[in-house]
Amino acid sequence: MSTPGTSGPASSSSGATSTGTLSRGRTQSLPGFDASAPLLQVTDLNVRFPSEDGQVHAVRGVDYTLRSGEVLGIVGESGSGKSVTSLAVMGLLPASARVSGSVKYRGQELLGQSDRSMSRIRGKGVSMIFQDPMTSLDPVYKVGAQIEETLRIHDRSLSSRAAESRAVELLELVGIPNAADRVRSYPHEFSGGMRQRVVIAIAMANQPEVIIADEPTTALDVTVQAQILEVLQTALQETGAAMVMITHDLGVVAGIADRVLVMYAGRPVELGSVEDIYYEPRMPYTLGLLGSLPRLDAPTRERLTPITGAPPSLLNMPPGCPFAPRCPLHIAACDEAEPPLFQVGSGHAAACIRTEEVERAHGSAAEVFSETSTDAVLAGEALPADLAIGADAGDAVAGDDPPPGQTEPGADAGGDTGSLISPHRGTTDGDRA
Amino acid sequence: MSAPTTERPDGGAPRRGDPILSVRGLEKHFPIKGGGLLKRTVGAVRAVDDIDLDLYPGEVLGLVGESGCGKSTTGRAILNLQPATAGSVVFQGREIVGLDRKQMRPLRRDIQLVFQDPYASLNPRLPVFDIVAEPLVIHGLTTSNAELRSRVRELVETVGLNPEHTNRYPAEFSGGQRQRIGIARALALQPKVLVLDEPVSALDVSIQAGVINLLEDLKNSLGLSYLFIAHDLSVVRHISDRVAVMYLGRIVEIAERDELFDRPAHPYTQALLSAIPLPDPRRERARQRIIITGDVPSPANPPSGCRFRTRCQKFANVLTDDQRQQCITVDPALEDRGAGHLNACHYAEAMSVL
Repeated sequence: MSTPGTSGPASSSSGATSTGTLSRGRTQSLPGFDASAPLLQVTDLNVRFPSEDGQVHAVRGVDYTLRSGEVLGIVGESGSGKSVTSLAVMGLLPASARVSGSVKYRGQELLGQSDRSMSRIRGKGVSMIFQDPMTSLDPVYKVGAQIEETLRIHDRSLSSRAAESRAVELLELVGIPNAADRVRSYPHEFSGGMRQRVVIAIAMANQPEVIIADEPTTALDVTVQAQILEVLQTALQETGAAMVMITHDLGVVAGIADRVLVMYAGRPVELGSVEDIYYEPRMPYTLGLLGSLPRLDAPTRERLTPITGAPPSLLNMPPGCPFAPRCPLHIAACDEAEPPLFQVGSGHAAACIRTEEVERAHGSAAEVFSETSTDAVLAGEALPADLAIGADAGDAVAGDDPPPGQTEPGADAGGDTGSLISPHRGTTDGDRA
Repeated sequence: MSAPTTERPDGGAPRRGDPILSVRGLEKHFPIKGGGLLKRTVGAVRAVDDIDLDLYPGEVLGLVGESGCGKSTTGRAILNLQPATAGSVVFQGREIVGLDRKQMRPLRRDIQLVFQDPYASLNPRLPVFDIVAEPLVIHGLTTSNAELRSRVRELVETVGLNPEHTNRYPAEFSGGQRQRIGIARALALQPKVLVLDEPVSALDVSIQAGVINLLEDLKNSLGLSYLFIAHDLSVVRHISDRVAVMYLGRIVEIAERDELFDRPAHPYTQALLSAIPLPDPRRERARQRIIITGDVPSPANPPSGCRFRTRCQKFANVLTDDQRQQCITVDPALEDRGAGHLNACHYAEAMSVL
């Protein structure tokens, strides 16, 4: 998306529905903020949660800068810290969380601000769309009232009649039919997709400069997801807002993001333009993630290249690269210190000391990940013959099976029954987070 | 089984022998009870409404659709876990519908289910050994403890877990590992058919790939047949030989995998495929998306005629009023309309959308 920045004129050039055009222009910085400062700048953000077993270091040094009008995609698997990062930006973490670092919106520090002063910014400067539309609306208030609340809280002079007509306008903009009637409906009268449209209407109600969308389509069916993604694009065009799009779906990010931040174990491990990330990834994790995706557009049935093991526990992390135990390019130096983000191209950075090896693969995960034999069994076709259909269950006594542990991990894949045991040890041990 | 059945609900491509599982006219309706004292039945949710399917030996049949289309209910009705309202399910020449639990038990050895949520489908109070051993014990398939131990050990190894960890509890395993435990349990009785109900939906992609590869290997080496129920079409394209698309309790299109993905003919299949974002920025941004409006209607009161017409782009934008009459009044049957495979649209037209 290359919508013009916040300085643009109030006229909306998009071809949205005639009735749906916003009457009050595009996003503007809040008074008292420096409009020339970076829109949203996150520096060395750390979040720790105390737990019975020690501190869980959920976010470990996140840095990013959001530019005006851009869409930054943050991708990662569950537990990678992508949602906690955005909750920290919004100041929505529970009181027990220990947050350090800096989050600056238009030059002003947000961390450590009182809830009262954050309330001025939330919804107006930075707003958020949550994952689950079933729980992010209040079931006892009409949807119109919930939109009007957002409007009037930031603009005390707005009459209730004006607020209602604007609520209708917003509902039309997000594609709710008969908005004038539906404004008086309760959330339970809406389907999941319709509710998410209402949530988007609330998020864009005050023309925020930044919209943080945390898995906005994950709870929805694909056909509804396509509708919601289109509404989000409309919302961005209408308001000129920049967006942080958090998702685990690499397809969604490919369609909407300008730049992509890949997170792993609480840290950014790669940052680049959407083309850099998808076509020339430099971090083995990014490469592995793309290689493990079954492709809808793949004509041949290529074997998937899974990443063995599971992400590390964020409790008492060992030194060294957190991806090292799962990485096919792992060398001794990887365990010494956690690599910082190295510049690997213009606007492209990766946290890996072996980016040159990754570069040689040119985005082919199989090339890098097949070097590892930890997943040899999955790659080979070997299975114990006595498990095959027709074999008598009684034959299954494994008298001649070698005891596990005798075969070295990494034994060849093409082997017989015995090789089944050891290669999987890698999977098993790694999987045990 | 008699010679090849006369009405085969598939693309007519060459088949390897008789189907191992044959479903005809399967219906599963859930009654809607009135609010009064007598709780009379006032209607029915037609979750599965007259579907035909054949599963051939060694084949993976993908069953896809959005939430609420009846794909999971179909799986459960086939296994007789939720008795079908009507229709027939023939497994290896034997009718399943109407059998009671006791009569089903011997058949359960041959047809097993893998559930979606590996956090809910394993008993948290049993160690993995007991979970995997339970089917063997119930069916009395092992004669000694030593034999039971070695058999469980072998199953656990087959799915890529460390047999030394079988004394641990499910809570000590990650999601991918738990799903492997669920698969080991399903394999314990050496079934011929596995019904897999969204087996990888709860897993992260990097873990999901390992489980998909495992399922493919098991199928090839053990000669299994899968009914693979999923909403993720990328996964279904990867693993299936044939794919059936469901909408509102009906199958709307069924074809060989590449045929379905490259030349979908039903407007719903086309919209579904076109809605899925591709993890490839250039291709994704160059695509023309068919966006269907609205949500799935209630299966308690499906639209007359074609069930998809209320959301159909073709119905709304392309057809003439006369043609629309056909959609409103005539329920399209699942048949070959010149596209080379079966679909249920009066105006089906093969079209590439990827």
